[in-house]
Amino acid sequence: MNRTLTKPIADDLVRPLFQTSIWFYAILLATGTVVACGAVAWGYQLWYGIGVSGKRWPTFWALYLTNFVFWIGISHAGTLISAILRLVNAGWRRPVTRCAEVITVFALSIGALFPIIHLGRPWLAFWLFPYPSAREIWPNFRSPLAWDFFAINTYLTGSVLFLFLPMIPDFALVRDRSTGFRRRVYGALAMGWRGTTKEWNRLESAMQIMAIAILPVAVSVHTIVSFDFSMATVPMWHSTIFGPYFVAGAIFSGIAALILAMAALRKALHLEQYLLPLHFDNLGKLLLLMCIFWGYFVFSERLTVWYGNEPSEMAVFWATQRGAYAPLYWTMVVCNFVVPLAILSNPYTRTIVGCVIASCGVVVGMWLERFLIIVPSLTHKQLPYSWGTYQVTPVELTITAATFAGMILLYTLFAKFVPIISIWELKAGLPSRQDSTALPPGSTKAEGAHS
Amino acid sequence: MKAVYGLYNDPHVAQQAVENLRAAGVADADITVISSEPFDHFEFGHRDAKTVMPWVAVAAGAVGLALTYYLLGASQRSWPLVTSGMPIVPMWSNMIIIFEMTMLSAIIATVITLFVTASLPRRGGKMYDPEVSDGYILVGVENPADAARLEPALAIGGGRVKRT
Repeated sequence: MNRTLTKPIADDLVRPLFQTSIWFYAILLATGTVVACGAVAWGYQLWYGIGVSGKRWPTFWALYLTNFVFWIGISHAGTLISAILRLVNAGWRRPVTRCAEVITVFALSIGALFPIIHLGRPWLAFWLFPYPSAREIWPNFRSPLAWDFFAINTYLTGSVLFLFLPMIPDFALVRDRSTGFRRRVYGALAMGWRGTTKEWNRLESAMQIMAIAILPVAVSVHTIVSFDFSMATVPMWHSTIFGPYFVAGAIFSGIAALILAMAALRKALHLEQYLLPLHFDNLGKLLLLMCIFWGYFVFSERLTVWYGNEPSEMAVFWATQRGAYAPLYWTMVVCNFVVPLAILSNPYTRTIVGCVIASCGVVVGMWLERFLIIVPSLTHKQLPYSWGTYQVTPVELTITAATFAGMILLYTLFAKFVPIISIWELKAGLPSRQDSTALPPGSTKAEGAHS
Repeated sequence: MKAVYGLYNDPHVAQQAVENLRAAGVADADITVISSEPFDHFEFGHRDAKTVMPWVAVAAGAVGLALTYYLLGASQRSWPLVTSGMPIVPMWSNMIIIFEMTMLSAIIATVITLFVTASLPRRGGKMYDPEVSDGYILVGVENPADAARLEPALAIGGGRVKRT
């Protein structure tokens, strides 16, 4: 391997940081406007009260909690997938990991906003913090809402560090190619990184340990989000299958979001040489696997409810199968199961375009799934006197749209200021890097792989 | 700071430069290798590979577990309110927070250990060449006793030798 192989890679991947197209400003303007509208809508809700949202008795969890669960699910795109691929040392992960890890950090941050937006008095959100009040009363640690606080913050902290650590060598690379103020900023972010063997060994050890630690945390986060529902004796919520069902759904929607992000980056930043059809094919296979898992979980859950024939649960069941929510339910089934299965099970249609179409379906379908878990159950509680309806309001829709725009905005800004593909990992994966002829006698590749 | 170093395109040549420095009597600890990517498949990439990081992570996890166990129990006993018929200190639900704090402690300890053992963050003053970012591998010695004696050991395979 020599420099002629690695310098063009660095040049290609650093170029978006130094060149700005008109599209960048256009995206910034469009998404920024929608985010601003969302901020105004939230301000309106704060001023006039939570009643401007569609939340009414008995549906006190509605669109905001739908978005909360959806975004937490999307966050499983990154750190979880990246950690798994790192641990199994999958070579094709190298251009994918950072694209994925960024999704986790931003989706988790957006998701964590929703419990606060959902509050009537959001300025009291700090009551969830684990510290005693004036009368030495601590938060109720038995409550799933307190579990959410710990799980989301642990995952967010771990994911930010998991994203940041491998960026340090790339910050050093950008520092060496910059001048003036930009050089000072990237120099501070690089923290004096030089690339000594000690630094590389420590970084790789840290990434291995964090990959091991973050995996169970990622699984726990969505399991705990599912506990928000399954710990309540609401029809079709109080289910032991909810933990794995939510985790599978989260990974499913996360992979779909990752495919969409990669396809957009590939086109916008001209990364065709790095984000190859192979990457989409592999992620498409993963998406197909999760599609089948999702179908299996839905079937298991529905069959158990139907066979049990418990009246309160059957009310919710029929409301979704052939009642008011049936159009949404069957759209969900088509988007989450029929479309991805049809496209991704055929190698000829498992192309980049095919994966993008299937992923669009999955993102829509998984959002509907979150909605259909929450609203039909709350509008059909055990006793008919507590049945009700739910009507979405413009305030809720505006805030929802703003979070999608916010995600695009944050992702665009990140790709503008940080190499969206890990340059050093990509260089380390070049075929010529696999030459082990210089290993000392008795060493093996496995010993030298740090993994 | 004085330094003498060579810049190489090829990791095989960089490996040879390390061998030459050893043959010239330079202690292994005094040889610095800097690159823009890890070289796991070369011997020089395994210098300083031993680390206590996994043990620190495990120990921090254990400390996090113990502290959270104590905090939860103490806070729940300080106002012994019965909730949903659960015990005052319910282990089933407490295990969730204990688990999260155990993992968080391990993760944070890992990152702190990385920064401490790799001496990050660091200001300038150490041997470095920005050409490393272009893919060159730097092999050199900081504050050598006799830089002129080491130059032949580094001048191999088209490598460029520099002194500061």
